[in-house]
This record gives sequence, C-alpha cells and structure tokens, in this order.
Amino acid sequence: MPMQLIQNALIPTLLAVIVIYAVYKRVDVFPTFLRGAKLGLRTAVDILPTMIGMLTAVYMLRASGAVDLAAAALAPLYQMLGIPSECTALTLLKPISGGGGLAIGSEIMQRCGPDSYAGRVAAVMLGASETSLYTLSIYSGHLGLRRTRYAVLAALCADVTAFIVSAALVRIYFPFV
Amino acid sequence: MLSIIWAAFLALSLVCGAASGRLADVTAAVGTGASEAVTLAIGIAGVMAFWSGMMELLRASGLAEKLAWLLQPVLRPLFGSAAADRQAMEAVSANVTANLLGLSNAATPLGLRAADRLYALAGRRGAPDPVLTLLTLNATSIQLIPSTVAAVRTACGAQAPFDIMLPVWGASAASVAAVLFCGRLLRPVFPDEK
Repeated sequence: MPMQLIQNALIPTLLAVIVIYAVYKRVDVFPTFLRGAKLGLRTAVDILPTMIGMLTAVYMLRASGAVDLAAAALAPLYQMLGIPSECTALTLLKPISGGGGLAIGSEIMQRCGPDSYAGRVAAVMLGASETSLYTLSIYSGHLGLRRTRYAVLAALCADVTAFIVSAALVRIYFPFV
Repeated sequence: MLSIIWAAFLALSLVCGAASGRLADVTAAVGTGASEAVTLAIGIAGVMAFWSGMMELLRASGLAEKLAWLLQPVLRPLFGSAAADRQAMEAVSANVTANLLGLSNAATPLGLRAADRLYALAGRRGAPDPVLTLLTLNATSIQLIPSTVAAVRTACGAQAPFDIMLPVWGASAASVAAVLFCGRLLRPVFPDEK
C-alpha cells in the first residue's frame, strides 16, 4: 500500500534530509541540535503552569458533569457537522486557549484512547487549528487596531472548517477505527 | 478573557457538581488533574525538545531561509498592493515559514514585525486588508510537523503517533483556504474607514 509506505518513510526521510543538508552546509550539527532542543525543553517547562491550571479545571468540569451537559446540549448541531460529541469541549476552548485546548485534547486521548475515533479526531483538531481569537487579540493589541472588521468572523470560519474537515478526514483515512 | 473563563470553569464545576451530587468526584479531580498535567508535560517534553532541535538545524543550515524565499511568490498575490514592498514581503514570508516549521518562539515576533510594516504601508489607520490577511493567516495552523500533538499521542501510548499527519495537513489546508476565502468574501461587507 503506497500510502502506508509514504507514511512510514516520511519522518525518517525528513530527519535524514535535514541532518545531511546541515552537514553539507558545514553546520556543527550536534551542538546546533542541542541549542534547539534546549529551547524546546524550555517551551515544555513554560507551558507546565498553564497545563496544571487548565487540566485541573478540565478534570473538575468533566467530573462535575458540566462537559457532558454541554456536549448533550450541542449534540444535534455537532451530529449534523459530523463532529464526535467527545470533542465538543475541545472545539469551544481551542480558539481561546492553546494550553486549554491541549489539556482537553490530551484528556480525550487518554480517556477514549489515542487510536480511537474520538482520540484521533481530537489530535487532528489540535494539529489543524490555531488559538485563533487569542492570536487576533495579540496582533490587534500590538498594532492598536480599534476595529478588526471581518477578522474574527474569518478566523472562526477557519476554526469551524478545521474541526469539520478533521472529523471527516479521520473517518475517511482511518476507516477501521 | 482567559481569567474569566478559568474562573467560570471552577464555578461551574461547583454548581454542576452540587446539582448532580458528584462533588466527591470533583474534589478527587483536583488532585488527578494537577498531577496528570505534570505527567503529561514530562511525557511530551522529550518529543518536543527533539523536534525543536531538528528545526534549529533547519534554521542554521539556511533551509528555512530558502523555504521563505520559495514561499514569497505564493504569498504575494494575497497581499495586494503591499506585495510590491520587499521588506514587508520578506517579513511576511519569514513569519509564515516559522509557522510552517513550528518555531512558535520565533513566529510571533516575526509576525508582529510583518504586521507593523504592512500597517505602516497603509498609513497606520483603519484596518487595512493586507494587515487583516496576515492576522487571519496567523489565526490558522500551517504546521508541517504536528510535533506537539504527536508528543501527546506518544505520551498516551499511540501505536503510530505521527499517523495523523496527512489528515492534519488536509484539515489545515482547508482552514487556510476558508480563512482566505471568507476574508475576500467579507471585505465589501465590512468596508475600511477612510
């Protein structure tokens, strides 16, 4: 199956190409790698407080039944869009908070299993969407824009598209789960 | 904004927990949630650091710059009259490249610099279309390697953490198309102040 081969070869090929090209360009590869890895480690540490605050709140909401309540209320709409109800809370939080989205997403993957349908949809949604409203607020705040015209509408449109297409593509791409 | 939502989460947990008689579960969730967050962060740190290291190699070898150069002709048609300005387009493509490579530490400062330049070109008033195109483009995800998600999937014990990559690309591309299309469509509906 060529799709399978591409998928298995993608990451190792990419890594080899990046390293070989860097060697060819006379980059001292390992110290350079270490510098980047240190930055990545710092990012992981930096998001830790956010994750503690958000994941605790998400676990509490889940335990209280509030998450199920929201999912049940929006179920007719989400069913129509083809989005699994387990991912309802993720779609509501991700546009506002990256840490919150990651917290809910990982909770879904943990609870439903990372290779389940809902777990995979959650993963694809996380990867294919941005913290749109937060990003807009950072940029417009920086520039001092008083109005952003259609920006919010267009960004929400992108989020909704990302969520619907994520669910649809997981259904098509992983027909056996 | 986030403070209000977070406070609402905690308040809602109390109200819903009391209403459904599950306050004991809510209390237990405080401990599980907080410690689970640390487990997760440690679980994803390795994969995140590794890819961050690889992306640093991409940057140091000049491949990122080359990618930015390749992207410029693709990006130019999106920015109308601002496309003629070399400085603006270089900043825009550097921002988009950083997003593509998942260099989130670098992408925002580069994006703000590009936004500054585009806004200055339009005379720093109103909400000009090129600026909004950059803003809305940054409100979508255009990452080539979804390393954070793959890291979470690894931490959760997924069989092939990266096997979600093609669907991620598809959904990302669809959302980028949606944002550009919506932006174009809505321009006349929300005219810029003169």
